[in-house]
Amino acid sequence: MKTNLAVIVLGVLLGAAFGLGVYTFVYARGYSYLSNDPQSCTNCHVMQENYDAWLKSSHRSVATCNDCHTPHGLVGKYATKATNGFFHSLAFTTGNFPDVIHIKSRNRNITEGACRGCHREITSAIVALHAAGEVSCVRCHFNVGHSAASYVISNR
Amino acid sequence: MDPNRPTSSSTRWLLFLTVALAAVATVAIAGLLINIFEHKQEAKTPFFQVVDLNDDIEDPAIWGKNFPMQYDLYLRTVDQKRTKYGGSEALPHSPTEGDPREIVTASKLEADPRLKEMWAGYAFSKDYREKRGHAYMLTDQTFTERQKVVKQPGTCLHCHASMVVAYRKLGNGDIFKGFQAIDRMPYFEARKLVTHPVACIDCHDPDSMQLRITRPAFIQAMRALKASQGTANYQVNTMATRQEMRSYVCGQCHVEYYFKGPEKELVYPWAKGLKLENIVAYYDEAKFKDWTHAETGADVLKAQHPEFETWNQGIHARSGVACADCHMPYLREGGLKISDHWVRSPLLNINRACQTCHRWPEQELKDRVEEIQTRFFDTRNLAMDALMDLIHDIKAAKAANLPDAELATARNFQRKAQFYIDFLVSENSMGFHADQYSVKSLAEAINFCRQGQLALRTKLTSR
Repeated sequence: MKTNLAVIVLGVLLGAAFGLGVYTFVYARGYSYLSNDPQSCTNCHVMQENYDAWLKSSHRSVATCNDCHTPHGLVGKYATKATNGFFHSLAFTTGNFPDVIHIKSRNRNITEGACRGCHREITSAIVALHAAGEVSCVRCHFNVGHSAASYVISNR
Repeated sequence: MDPNRPTSSSTRWLLFLTVALAAVATVAIAGLLINIFEHKQEAKTPFFQVVDLNDDIEDPAIWGKNFPMQYDLYLRTVDQKRTKYGGSEALPHSPTEGDPREIVTASKLEADPRLKEMWAGYAFSKDYREKRGHAYMLTDQTFTERQKVVKQPGTCLHCHASMVVAYRKLGNGDIFKGFQAIDRMPYFEARKLVTHPVACIDCHDPDSMQLRITRPAFIQAMRALKASQGTANYQVNTMATRQEMRSYVCGQCHVEYYFKGPEKELVYPWAKGLKLENIVAYYDEAKFKDWTHAETGADVLKAQHPEFETWNQGIHARSGVACADCHMPYLREGGLKISDHWVRSPLLNINRACQTCHRWPEQELKDRVEEIQTRFFDTRNLAMDALMDLIHDIKAAKAANLPDAELATARNFQRKAQFYIDFLVSENSMGFHADQYSVKSLAEAINFCRQGQLALRTKLTSR
């Protein structure tokens, strides 16, 4: 009898946690992060300017956020979404991030890879002449995707 | 022994632990939910009107009820911080009867005694200190030693207090009439009419919060400047763009000026242009002098904080970057973007102030600025030495009884050199606002000093 009561309490609690979790997921539009829709990235307003700039950029009709900011393989893509999703949520929840945000080296390398994926015919000839990491596409073409500010030249 | 007992006990523990974990998870998820909710609300509510504002409300605390975030930042201009060449540290001061301040800044005169000689015979040679924030502008002006050496007019308050209400009251609603009345009063009589340092009302329209110009001297000076450039009857409040206004509100006060005639009317000498040669030509034509140099007898000029004129000669102004873009950059408060009302050196705020446009690490940007400033500082020291040489030569020639007529050329070179140097030394960016212009002007000043010395040499040898 005692055990049964405990099981019921546990059931209610687990159910409450699960229900609240599902509600929070839906309320925060968590499902949208599984999609390719660029508007998902503006769920938190920090990305609004980048989104607005992308709408006016040369790449708007050929590439969405994910095409340049996640690897093109399925596993790499969702692994990147998961890692960035975690760190972005952490930063936005705690508020611990600078006003002018900058891409860091791991994500910059993903974007570099994306440039070279689509523009392979041109870049392979350039890359072949240089040692690994010697040339960078976005160092000069920093504004083809959106604004200039989110790319800072650094060694980080 | 019952073999089931330990199992039943561990089941109970497992059950208990799961309940506890489920409870903790529920609390955490609820917390996250509330956080997400708050973030969504932040993006929706930009403004709550708590009080009705109008042009009779001077106290920034009342405006701050409608704009608490901007007000909190505005209050932070009390902070005293140093950059490599600017700012200051808080120095303790024992309050006296004439000066109740408990904290002051270090004297610049002690750090560079050449300044005393440049200003010999003028009040600035008695007290001249390092800069600190807007919060101190009124107190520091009220209690500077300079007030004890000379009788100042009410004109000085134009830029050291919140003036809109006082001007309107005295002029029955007309700020120009109020401005003229206060200019004619002695400083300490006019001082009773004001209470706050620069406040919300001085830059913002109380109905729309749009930027506006409230300083009569700036309105008149811009009209004169634009007329010299071919635009007749320029009205700054209706004809300036929003981005221009983000510099003009600062240009109301961060400028070179003089007190015209016995009415002590405040005038910015811009009718011929904003460059140094234009301003000197203006003063020469007006036959104006601030004082007669105590050691050489030259009729000399004092320059004051000409940040607006200098910024106008630099690359940032040319690129359309306003004062507020670097000194009041946008910051995020939750989902809101507001401009930082904690007006300060961009070197203390590099991420927001510089990295919005410049794609380099903070340290790299800081190093670049300091390199520009160090080059200016070194050139400034050469120019100060050259000026001392000229002053000493004129002194010696005077002592050798060279008549005034033969000293005139050298004295005129002193007037020009001194104004150029003073202009750039009083300017609050150590050359950064327009680096090439500043160093070029110092080179010209050095040339004036040497030409002045040569003029004396010809006179002395021809005797």
